[in-house]
Amino acid sequence: MLPLPVFDHHKPRTLPEAIDLLARLGDKAVVIAGGTDVLPNMKQGLATPEHVVSIAGIEELRGISLVREGDDDKLVLGAGARLAEIESSILVRRIAPALAEAAGQVGGPHHRAMGTLGGNICLDTRCRYYNQTYFWRKSLGFCLKKDGTVCHVVRGGSRCVAAASNDTAPALIALEADIHLLGPRGARIVTAHDFYVADGVKNTVLEPGELVVRVSITRRPARRSSFEKLRRRNAIDFPLLSIAVRLDVSGVETTRVDGADVVVSALGARPRRVRAASKIRPGTPFDVAARELAEGAYAECKPLPNVDDDTEWRREMVPALVERAVTRLEG
Amino acid sequence: MTDTRKPSELRGLVGSRTRTLLAPRVTGQVRYTDDIHLPRMLWGRIVRSPHPHARIVRIDATRALAKPGVIAVITGKDMPERFGIIPWTPDEYPLALERARFIGDAVAAVAATDERIAHEAAELVDVEYEVLPAATDLQTAIDKPEVGLGKGGKDNVSKEVDLAFGDVDAALAESDVVITGDYYYEGSAHVPIETHCAIANLDKNGLLTVWSTTQVPHYLHRELSRVLRVSPTRIRVIQPPVGGAFGGKSEPFSLEFCAAKLAMITGRPVKFLYTREEEFYAHRGRHPMQIHMKVGAKRDGKLTSVDARTFIDGGAYSSFGLVTTYYSGQLLTLPAFADTYRFRSTRLFTNKPPCGPKRGHGSVQPRFAFEVSLDKISRALGIDPIELRRKNLVPPNTTTLNGLRVTSNGIEQCLDAVEKASGWKERFGKLPKGRGLGVATSAYISGTNYAIYPNAMPQSAVQLKVDRSGVVTVFSGQSEIGQGCDLMLAVLVADELGLDLGSVRVVSGDTDLTPVDLGAYSSRGTFMNGNACLMAAREIKSKLVAAVAEKLDVDPRSVLVTRGALVVVHDPSRGVPVTEAIQLAEAKFGTLGAVGHYNTPKLGGDYRGGTIGASPAYSFTAHVAEVSVDARSGIVRVEKIWVAHDCGKALCPVIVEGQMEGSAYMGAAEALLEEHVIGPDGLHKGPNLLDYRIPTSLDVPDLHALIVESEDQEGPLGAKESGEGPLHPSIPAIANAIFDAASVRIDRLPFSPARVLAALRKKQADEQAAAVESSLGGFAPRRGAAPPNPPAAE
Repeated sequence: MLPLPVFDHHKPRTLPEAIDLLARLGDKAVVIAGGTDVLPNMKQGLATPEHVVSIAGIEELRGISLVREGDDDKLVLGAGARLAEIESSILVRRIAPALAEAAGQVGGPHHRAMGTLGGNICLDTRCRYYNQTYFWRKSLGFCLKKDGTVCHVVRGGSRCVAAASNDTAPALIALEADIHLLGPRGARIVTAHDFYVADGVKNTVLEPGELVVRVSITRRPARRSSFEKLRRRNAIDFPLLSIAVRLDVSGVETTRVDGADVVVSALGARPRRVRAASKIRPGTPFDVAARELAEGAYAECKPLPNVDDDTEWRREMVPALVERAVTRLEG
Repeated sequence: MTDTRKPSELRGLVGSRTRTLLAPRVTGQVRYTDDIHLPRMLWGRIVRSPHPHARIVRIDATRALAKPGVIAVITGKDMPERFGIIPWTPDEYPLALERARFIGDAVAAVAATDERIAHEAAELVDVEYEVLPAATDLQTAIDKPEVGLGKGGKDNVSKEVDLAFGDVDAALAESDVVITGDYYYEGSAHVPIETHCAIANLDKNGLLTVWSTTQVPHYLHRELSRVLRVSPTRIRVIQPPVGGAFGGKSEPFSLEFCAAKLAMITGRPVKFLYTREEEFYAHRGRHPMQIHMKVGAKRDGKLTSVDARTFIDGGAYSSFGLVTTYYSGQLLTLPAFADTYRFRSTRLFTNKPPCGPKRGHGSVQPRFAFEVSLDKISRALGIDPIELRRKNLVPPNTTTLNGLRVTSNGIEQCLDAVEKASGWKERFGKLPKGRGLGVATSAYISGTNYAIYPNAMPQSAVQLKVDRSGVVTVFSGQSEIGQGCDLMLAVLVADELGLDLGSVRVVSGDTDLTPVDLGAYSSRGTFMNGNACLMAAREIKSKLVAAVAEKLDVDPRSVLVTRGALVVVHDPSRGVPVTEAIQLAEAKFGTLGAVGHYNTPKLGGDYRGGTIGASPAYSFTAHVAEVSVDARSGIVRVEKIWVAHDCGKALCPVIVEGQMEGSAYMGAAEALLEEHVIGPDGLHKGPNLLDYRIPTSLDVPDLHALIVESEDQEGPLGAKESGEGPLHPSIPAIANAIFDAASVRIDRLPFSPARVLAALRKKQADEQAAAVESSLGGFAPRRGAAPPNPPAAE
């Protein structure tokens, strides 16, 4: 089988220890948690770090809890929370169903048992010309994202358009989650929306040595959310599209929508927030909202041939998935 | 057959639902080739061409050899001997000698002290190439003969077969309906979970032992001897249990030669384990085929003629291509067929991983085209598709128009079984929109009398050793690749001799220990190996019976073998336990042992190629598939497949059902998901299990296996094959069900959502256009002048 390259393995027990270690090792290190993304990438020669720093033993990164903060209840998820835990957590299913649904559709059961929330948030972007072995990429002539100079997705393109393929990212953006970071220069909080940038080589604002430590989502009883994923198989596959929808409904009246957010991912390097969602007027009937959001998403989202399958079909599926995600929230 | 009992009267292990002997397989106790680690073992790694077609100018291993841990590097010059599974078309070298013919073609090999160093060293072998024009698809291979991939470099042709039976043109002209269609199968891979692995060791006596994940140890033995120029008396091939093969391991591969050569050079054991990517390059998967087919019928549904023109994308080498080309036409004439037939098939070389035999070799693709054509005819004539097939069935005990001898034939019972189980009569054509049923049938060989290399010796053989403790050991040349042939032999022997399964050992797949069997391919195992085994077991049985008769002083004809004892038939209280019977026989006859063998009778049509596809018995299958088609997404879901299969006699029903379900599932996967795509640049679209999608457990339809037993007169206790036949109808049954559900024909595989959605949209647009036209009908004079639609329009 494909062998892993040789590296030194570190397993800090505390966050400060991890931050110090990462500061010292600099760009010679990669962080590993569940390993479901990093290890296959290393086998394919996409990363050849001298040091691998495991954060799997850090107790502070664990856990899912509800925390009172001023007038708000906040759902707080440790970056080390396993995707399987998130999928089955009653708290997450009640407060942030889109996140639970997204976590439950990552890979297969084994990936979700190993993979973590932080790992999924930081998942490397994916492309049909990038996630291949060294031999394959050499035969191709390499690409913009790794070892080469040309983009095979967009001819003549100078910016990498590898696809954001983390299922949790659109859910977190739609849920207006905050991502808590810790690095050599201290702690900071970035909204999930601002965490991602449109650069396929590296699509996050994460600075060298910085770690995602936790995620918080404010509990709002009038919010509903859902997640839809397009894939050819019912497990294992990365998304051909992933769509998170958040609807704000007023009180017990649930036939009308007061506000909405729709985030579509697996298009390019950054998950796309559909602008049409911000134009939903308070009191819009569900079926009208479903149609407007679907049409808006269709107009704004144009998949690229960066992942497998027919690009035109993927585009046609955008409104279908948005409509399904919205309709599921009615009643 | 000397046994006068009817198979249905057997009351032993045969036909019972035993799973004994399968436990190690399903509990992780089986030791596969890669589980073998020898002291001082080196790891090999093959250097592969990054170009689809290139001349090898120079190979420089200096940098690789300088790397610590690298022991040796070999190139094509170290083994300049062509090989190929078909003796008439040897066109491969273990390592390419002058030209690399596809991306992934083997050009050099490295041996190093561990696997990682071997992989790294392979990158350090500097190969200078002169890139040549390439043909990376069928059309280019047809259009650009100057690429010169064929023998002599004049064109790209690998093999052409042109056969005609009866006056096709006249029959088509007299037909009331002729369906013409163009069908395309994209190609698919076997994807065994165990990738190819080989280990070689040369001992100090000069014996070269090669462990390999092969399904043909005997052919590997021969080819190793020829290519390495080592006497076969100095080579032993051992085939450990194989973790899936499906035809993808039925010929020698580069790694076996390289492991052997490097072991000979270094004096140390050498192991090669293909990565998943290399598995896709070694390939030998199902050929892409482009089929232009005409099928004619009379108004009453009687088929008149089939006319097929097929282009086959062979990839870089011949492999079994000669046979594939024949099979693409020869195996279509059962179970329902026409009176006249013509097919012309051309296999072309392309600069792609070589295609070969995959479960249902050469015949799955034309079966798709033909069974869909039948469905179109049934629609055009308004005849139920099951009835249409019934009207055209080839009867048992006859000869097909291309000279295949047909004996037992249970296709009618198969059709009855799927019709009843699926509720066809009540449900076909009556399901809600978006849900549909489809039917298809097929037939397949139980081995052939074509023995790869011509010889008069048996095709299969078994030796039995009988121990006085009561243990009987079966030495069989067959290859246990997960299909269950070891259990099949154990059941036959146990039943003949009155033993329990725990007393029977099966030793298989070792050229030093077992007699020659040609291998686990063309569904020959049960029929040929089973018959060989019965012959040996019956010889032992007659000795036990004679010894017991003497002891009890009765006529041997009155001694009956029962489970655990041999008893007097009219006085069952008198008897001898089987172990004692063995000891009595050993005392009477000396050490007990027996051999059995099987060879086919002379079969086949009296014309060139007439023996290819000629089998001592044919299995028959009918499928009904139920699908749902989502109009919004184009996503097709196969909800259920009812599979009725005539296996003659189910010796081990659990295994037969497993083969039926596994086949139907594999076919459904090819219908919906799997496609082995090579891009215009010659690069595999994604040689890994994320990009090449095999179904997960969530993607598998409900499968209902319905065993039909026609009790073949020549099969072992009436048995025929069950490993490949049940795959064939999957694809057309699903295609026909899609039409029933959504009124669209998808004549190109796979039935991807994009393709289905495009077809649905086109149909909608056509219907709207037609509606507009018809609403304008009164004002459109040309409509009145238009000729009536011909009945064949579709």
